[in-house]
Amino acid sequence: MTTTAGDRVHSVRAEVIAAAAAGDYRHLVFLAPEIAAAARPGQFVALAVGGDTSGLLLRRSFSIHRVDPGTGTVEIVVADAGPGTRWITRLVAGEAVEVLGPLGVPFPVPDEPTPCVLLGGGYGSAPMFWLAKVLQDKGCHVDLVLGAATQDRLFGADLADRVPLTVTTDDGSAGITGRVTDPLSDLLRTSGATLAYACGPMPMLRAVTQVCRPLGVSAYVAVEESMACGIGVCMTCVLPVVGADGVTRMSRSCVEGPTFDGARVRWEAIADGRVAVPGDCLGSPASLAALNHAAAQGSSR
Amino acid sequence: MTVDLTADLGHGVLLPNPVLTASGCAANGKELHRLDDIAKIGAFVTKSVKRDPQSGRGTPRMAETPSGMLNSIGLQGPGIHAFVEHDLPWLRSVGARAIVSIAGESSAEFAEVARALVAAPDFDATVAAIEVNISCPNVANRGLVYACDPASSAEVLRLVVPEVPRSTPLFAKLTPDVTDITVIAEAALSAGAQGLTMINTLLGIRIDTERMRPHLFGLTGGLSGPAIRPVAVRAIWQVYAAMRAGRIPTAPIIGVGGVRTGEDALELTLAGASAVQVGTAIFNDPLSPWRVARELGDLLHARGIPRYDDLVGVAHDH
Repeated sequence: MTTTAGDRVHSVRAEVIAAAAAGDYRHLVFLAPEIAAAARPGQFVALAVGGDTSGLLLRRSFSIHRVDPGTGTVEIVVADAGPGTRWITRLVAGEAVEVLGPLGVPFPVPDEPTPCVLLGGGYGSAPMFWLAKVLQDKGCHVDLVLGAATQDRLFGADLADRVPLTVTTDDGSAGITGRVTDPLSDLLRTSGATLAYACGPMPMLRAVTQVCRPLGVSAYVAVEESMACGIGVCMTCVLPVVGADGVTRMSRSCVEGPTFDGARVRWEAIADGRVAVPGDCLGSPASLAALNHAAAQGSSR
Repeated sequence: MTVDLTADLGHGVLLPNPVLTASGCAANGKELHRLDDIAKIGAFVTKSVKRDPQSGRGTPRMAETPSGMLNSIGLQGPGIHAFVEHDLPWLRSVGARAIVSIAGESSAEFAEVARALVAAPDFDATVAAIEVNISCPNVANRGLVYACDPASSAEVLRLVVPEVPRSTPLFAKLTPDVTDITVIAEAALSAGAQGLTMINTLLGIRIDTERMRPHLFGLTGGLSGPAIRPVAVRAIWQVYAAMRAGRIPTAPIIGVGGVRTGEDALELTLAGASAVQVGTAIFNDPLSPWRVARELGDLLHARGIPRYDDLVGVAHDH
């Protein structure tokens, strides 16, 4: 269970080797041997968009789908969510893109064979196949659950050839009708899993954590917070996370995450596209006001 | 021909090249050092530090804008005591030249932060200058930004100046969101600032048209990026011109605002900047502080200009 906070970050101009549609998404393969050699499941890459004179300055971050250190390739799955990601979805083989990576803390992998359940929501399933393989190579039993709003928004159902797979969709267009978390309790019980890994939208990650906690299952979640830089300098991708010392801090998803122990995330502060600062967070406006009030009381006496 | 890129910040502070990081765009060094050696940057400007640890604001904290962005971070940081204990020794250990940015909610807090910084064991070896971020809200004055008011700006400097040795120049960082920036510049310099950093971000708002509400959790944000470069050039020009005309005291200007290339850095220099900071461009290209310095050197070499410092304010002569 190591982190990569001090490891080298590579900034490379990567050639796109292949680009293809995958349901509603774009599956991109590019050549970045330095990144492919160092990356582990749960880490991400940050792409610049629009070329050197682009007016869109902020990096777009994507969970790494898989790497091949042998060929030096790195793969990502991109959803068209605006002008920046649209530019990326239009890249074709032979073109180049600026890539930073590998970034962030990978999913912790157990040292001993441990039954695990992996859950991916939408294109959040991208890193799960690679993670499943790493876990299976360690002798872990792996169950995989993929969920999405519709069949077109599922990613990778065809890639799970060596993993027992459950599929859910909100509209029933594929697999079980319902949420990705619906089959989770049963799977945890039947497999005896003590570890769960999830990547997807915030409400899903919260729900996974809520199912796992009472059962004593550790849930590691990879968040998809919007980031400007991906490398820890812009301070925009923060979440309230409880540290080992019991203190809540606004933690950067890009360097302290994107993988977090779900039990340490203050989910109640996250709602409706916003993240509030909990009152008991270190240095919160509420705690500073209390501090100043106490100081004023002290000086008046 | 070798090009001498030495930048002169006054009071004996010479930097090996004129390209610095901008405060709040490079954290406190460790993150960029994973890409390249920050000791090779002209000077590393740290994120504004206040007395106490700060959580910063809720999110969203940023919004992309045409050739720029709005940010509303809220000066998240460790507080000066943790900064002095952890960040400053680390900056020293890698041989970085630091310009430490300080902030406060009261002028007394600015002075307290400066005092704790100067008392740090690593201060003399590491801190080349101090940037006084007076572009933050003055709680005692209905949250009005210090740098929007000459009297408030002067008061901060008057309290900070006695805390800092003269050999460590104080640069007051100014906002362009004022009617006449030369008035603020004069107030800061007359109160003891030994230089100016211009410009801080411009205030902006974005509305989320889907949710029909302000996009940023903190409502307003600071606009930065290439979109504001002409505003930076204008502010530097006006203040440098006022100095040349003898209307305000003469002092070095550190230019900042929308610099992305060596040519951009040259533009701010020609307007009157003695050194240039790279900020938002770091988010696009984290190697930009090194790249801009290299491009600037190449540009001067190609033009046959031997000394960077000879170019400061030259556009006022032509």
